[in-house]
Amino acid sequence: MAKVSSKKKLSKTKAKKSSEVAGDSAVKKTEVVYDEEEEEDKEDFNENVTSEEEEEDGEDERRRQKLLEAISALGGKRKKTLGERSEAAVQLSEFSVNAEGEGDKINLSDLIGSMDKTPQVSAKTRKQLKTLQQSNRTVESPLSKQETERIQRDVAFQKAASEVTRWKSIIQQNQRAEQLVFPLNQEAPGPKPMERVVTGWKARTPLEEEIFALLSANKQPIHDPILTPQEEVSMKAMSLEEAKIRRAELQKARALQSYYEAKTRRERKIKSKKYHRVQNKAKRKDFVKQFDEMVKSDPAAALEELHKMELARMQERMSLKHQNSGKWAKSKAIMAKYDEGARKAMQQQLEVNKDLTQKLVTAVNDEEEEEEEDEGGDPEVLPDFVNDAEQGVDSSNPWMRGKLSEDPAEKETSEIVDLTAEEESADVEEEEEEEEEVKETEEEALLREFDSRRKRRQALIPVISVDDDEEEESKTAAEEEEESKTAVEEKEESKEEEESKVAAVEEEEEEEEEEEEQLSEFTNLYKEIAESRRGAEAEQAEAAAAADTETSSAQLEETLMRIRTLEDTEELLMQEESAADEAPVPPPAAENPPPASQPAGTNKKRKRGIELKQVLTKATKVIQVPLAHTVEDAEDSDDNQEQRGLIREAFAGDDVVSDFLKEKRKQEAAGKPQVVDLTLPGWGEWGGTGLKLSRRKRKKFRMKAAPPPPRKDVSLPGVIISEKRNRSITLHQVNTLPFPFETHTQFESTIRTPLGRTWNTERTVKKISKPKVVTRMGAIIEPMAREELMKDRNQATVADRNSVNSGKRKR
Amino acid sequence: MASPGDATLDTSHVGKNKVPARYWLELQKEGKDEAEVGKDAEPSRKRLRRKEKKKEKMKEKKTQKAKKMKQEDTLVKQTISGKSDPFPGPAPISQDRVRKFKRKTKTKRSGSVGNKLRDVISRSEEASEMAQKQSARFDLLLPEDAGFLEGDEDEDTCTISQEDIADAVDITSGAKYFNLKLSQFGPYRVDYSKTGRHLLLGGRRGHVACVDWQSKQLMCEINVMESVNDVKWLHSEAMYAVAQKKWLYIYDTNGIELHCIRKFNDVLRMQFLPYHFLLATASATSFLQYLDVSVGKEVAAICTKTGRLDVMCQNPHNAIVHLGHHNGTVTLWSPNQKEALVKMLCHQGGVRSIAVDKTGTYMVTSGMDKKLKVFDIRTFKPLNSYFLPAGSSCLSLSQKGLLSAATGDVVQVYRDVWSTTVTKPYMAHRVRGTVWGLHFCPFEDVLGVGHGDGFTSMLVPGAGEPNFDGLDANPYRSAKQRQEWEVKALLEKIQPELISLDPHELGQVDNAAFEQRHQDRVQALGFDPLAKAKFIPKYKKKGRSSAGSVERRKKQVAHEDQRDVIRETMEDKMKIEEERRQREKKAAVLSGQKSALDRFKK
Repeated sequence: MAKVSSKKKLSKTKAKKSSEVAGDSAVKKTEVVYDEEEEEDKEDFNENVTSEEEEEDGEDERRRQKLLEAISALGGKRKKTLGERSEAAVQLSEFSVNAEGEGDKINLSDLIGSMDKTPQVSAKTRKQLKTLQQSNRTVESPLSKQETERIQRDVAFQKAASEVTRWKSIIQQNQRAEQLVFPLNQEAPGPKPMERVVTGWKARTPLEEEIFALLSANKQPIHDPILTPQEEVSMKAMSLEEAKIRRAELQKARALQSYYEAKTRRERKIKSKKYHRVQNKAKRKDFVKQFDEMVKSDPAAALEELHKMELARMQERMSLKHQNSGKWAKSKAIMAKYDEGARKAMQQQLEVNKDLTQKLVTAVNDEEEEEEEDEGGDPEVLPDFVNDAEQGVDSSNPWMRGKLSEDPAEKETSEIVDLTAEEESADVEEEEEEEEEVKETEEEALLREFDSRRKRRQALIPVISVDDDEEEESKTAAEEEEESKTAVEEKEESKEEEESKVAAVEEEEEEEEEEEEQLSEFTNLYKEIAESRRGAEAEQAEAAAAADTETSSAQLEETLMRIRTLEDTEELLMQEESAADEAPVPPPAAENPPPASQPAGTNKKRKRGIELKQVLTKATKVIQVPLAHTVEDAEDSDDNQEQRGLIREAFAGDDVVSDFLKEKRKQEAAGKPQVVDLTLPGWGEWGGTGLKLSRRKRKKFRMKAAPPPPRKDVSLPGVIISEKRNRSITLHQVNTLPFPFETHTQFESTIRTPLGRTWNTERTVKKISKPKVVTRMGAIIEPMAREELMKDRNQATVADRNSVNSGKRKR
Repeated sequence: MASPGDATLDTSHVGKNKVPARYWLELQKEGKDEAEVGKDAEPSRKRLRRKEKKKEKMKEKKTQKAKKMKQEDTLVKQTISGKSDPFPGPAPISQDRVRKFKRKTKTKRSGSVGNKLRDVISRSEEASEMAQKQSARFDLLLPEDAGFLEGDEDEDTCTISQEDIADAVDITSGAKYFNLKLSQFGPYRVDYSKTGRHLLLGGRRGHVACVDWQSKQLMCEINVMESVNDVKWLHSEAMYAVAQKKWLYIYDTNGIELHCIRKFNDVLRMQFLPYHFLLATASATSFLQYLDVSVGKEVAAICTKTGRLDVMCQNPHNAIVHLGHHNGTVTLWSPNQKEALVKMLCHQGGVRSIAVDKTGTYMVTSGMDKKLKVFDIRTFKPLNSYFLPAGSSCLSLSQKGLLSAATGDVVQVYRDVWSTTVTKPYMAHRVRGTVWGLHFCPFEDVLGVGHGDGFTSMLVPGAGEPNFDGLDANPYRSAKQRQEWEVKALLEKIQPELISLDPHELGQVDNAAFEQRHQDRVQALGFDPLAKAKFIPKYKKKGRSSAGSVERRKKQVAHEDQRDVIRETMEDKMKIEEERRQREKKAAVLSGQKSALDRFKK
């Protein structure tokens, strides 16, 4: 014990020294050391005293030695006093070994020689020494200083590099962070969870203290723990009896398990086929019985079983297992001629196959249905129309067969629900079902109506198409007329186009009027045709119902209808539409005839692209004003036509449109790049006036620039958009893409949201204009500690995992 | 957060499962029960209503599932009080509202981008999304809705007279219908200040008056003793501009002449661009001029070369000025370009009036051909065209998009001119003289009509924007607030260089080539900053600066330069030559490789 204490003392003194040296930073550590040791010191106080005494003795001797040395040194003559190893001494200089037999070399064998004689040396060491003696490998000479240093440096560098790379991730993380708040390891601001606040909270006011005293006196939970100590204890505790019972139970269970295991093992080892056959049969019977019961008691499980069976059947049907095609079966087949047993075995195999592939489900379904009838008498599960559907006329279209509103899936679910439904709700359901019946009948009626309508329509549509075909092919007289007319019209239109550049407003309007007239004429014609066709359709409607196949073929042919020109078809369609529209509602057409014909005209124009004249003479809507103005001249309130005439008179001189077009053309011409002429007159040729340039020169010295990109107003006839660059704004625009961005759109999208308070809420502004680095005033920002690294690594791994997860989710 | 219920379940692993009774657990159960009752009650009601068994069953199932989910949720999200939040998460926002605040579409993420770029993009996306959502959320704070006029059955709204409306509405609103009979000084031009509190009247024969029209307080009234062409408020109600017979004058609210601007002569029409502090004037001499009223400088003077300019309006969206001309065209101008940005042919006769709506989407024009046309000025395409029997001399669009058109002495107001085809006016009113000026009052359902016999303030329900921005134009601001606003507005003044057709152009990257940019720079600076300085020989004494030696020195420098150029070109040539040789060599090597069939070649 004494030694131990002295050691402690030593350590103590060491600690003192170190504390002196290390200064303030280490004060804490040493203090800690003190704290730990002081307690022990108190205990060992008595022993310490004795040890100190001993130490004093030792010191005395040392002092004496020193004194002696000092005296001897005073003598001036250096006396060679070599300490000898001859006797055991306390003071022995380690440097004063004198080599007496200097000349003769010492061999290892000399040293080891005595070893054989001494019995204390173990055999193992002896052996080792012997091998050492025999091996005469020389030790390699050490590397040069430079090399060793280099290696050391390399190693040190690698070590340092690995040390530094550990910080890489955290540095990257900090670089990428949206905001860094220094000092780094601060508690997250914002609301803390209640629990944490409560746990950190201490009672201060007398009232609080009193309350807490009360609570603690009653052993009530103060914060988060849910149970009082008693409760906890009671939860943990179990009476002895209970424990015994439980143990017994467990023992029993274990024993039973082992018995069962042993039994099954035994049974498995029985080789008798007959035994197994009987066993299997019994099992099957058992299963069937169980299944029957199950159907009654637990239909869901039964269904599952059924599914299983179904699965087994499927597998059987897929596989060749019991189909006598295996190796064994083939060998048996050879034997079958002579061997009764083999034949039987094969038969059995086939039977198994038959059994497994048989459909079991039907029988069970029947049973279920019967059960259902027993339970609720549900006549509405399969409504009548299901059967009706098969009688439907159109067999080609599966969608037209039954009720559309009835979902097969829904039906199924309803069935399942019925199966699982308990008896309690039966009466309620019955009521509802009655109600539903009424509803259903209504629905059915509606549906029937729809159905009939649909059929009728089906009968109609193909007929129309057939008619179309016929007409297209045979070209009735009316059609021919029409076509010729359209041709004429087209001619006129082309004329119009030619003249359009110079056309006066009046002419144009006249033409339009003409057009309109013609259009109305031939709309009338077409209407007649359509009417007649409709009559024919009505007649054919009944007949068509019978001829299903024909109609279907017609439907197919419909797609192959010959379309001569785009205009043709469009007109046809349009006329048809308009006819269809007008047939039921004739009055509005009678009221204002122009709108009926105008859309046709406009449509046709649109096809050709926007025209300037069309822009100006766009269909205008006349607005009726309730109050006629009185102040201005009275002529204004005249008819439209007169007004137009007046305007025309007023602006006869200045043709607005052509002026505008001229200007536009001029602008376009100005925008085109000009040919650069680099020819030098008289160079390589005769010079003078009136001479033509040679072709070679023209080719070589007249540079044609690339055509400019299309103007912005190409498709806008009534607009001239200036192509000049807005120079003033370019001075304020960003003209080189900032660093991390790769495309313009990326950058533009990042600056699309305004940052100011005028456009954003306060919170958004704060978020958007968050500073990259925040430092708390007065807080010392210390370099990152190693602990932080560990912590951050953990976080980073978690974050990585999160990000990976989120990525997966996104995908 | 571990809920108390969970903790008990976890600890009880042995048969005995005691859960101590806790008041909050009970409460929770009750709450759940209530919830269940609530849920049950609803479907039962539905049952009564619908009487559909299957659907209901499905629903019940769903509700059961939902209940289960809910229960789980409640188990997870329990607070210390034991009650679950009945409205968990942030309140939902309707998609329409969010869409309203959408700013451009975000870009599709292009394949592989660097880490840093991805961060930047995702952060900005997040921020913009947040901004959008927050704005949508705070849209809730604009509760007011514009009203409208509804007639009885078989009654057109346009036949309802102003007196009837004034009688029907409350007294303060009724007081907003009034007539000022000012028959002496001829037809009046009208202008409301930006906040809608102040009215400026300018009579043709020199009468100028500004009124706080709601309190009917006359602020000043002067006669300038000259014909007045137009009047306009400047940025605040403290100053206004009057275009008189010869020059442009600026007065303050006491009627004191502040400036007479001689540079602006024969002004016929004026527009004030409030965010740029620019007063745009159109003169009879076909000049379009811009005056920066914050510094009093003429920003631009553009000769349009299109004759007398008496039709003018501004696009409030992008501060482009629209001018109408006698040849039926409408031209769009910015102070930065000497030629029209766009020239549209709108009418066959001359253009009489133009109006552009607040969003800068639609332009309405009326012409001598008695037509009223609606254009989409984003695409410059015509949308609608109407024929007015008498044509319309003045047009004005309200903040909510009502169009008022004056034909002679009748003022008509139309609704939804662009989205639907209108056959009848929404309202109509006859005033005593020919209408000379029309202006909708901002933030009020009032239309001011200046006519030959004075001024009429009409009630037009649904005309004004019901929600005002207190920081932008506050009708109820005090003098102090006005001063504050003025300072802020001046600080936020937009420079005239930024006026362009597309206001978003500033946010785009200028992808013009270097040469183009250099050209622009040269034009802006007036000299080429990259050009090499011309060599000027130093003056030397002792006769060394004789003409011959100076010339020699010049030649020397020129030669040096030329040598440099030649050296460079030579180096280039050498390089090219070298490359060519290399290529040839390579080709030779390649061709030199003998194939097995080479032996058959001759």
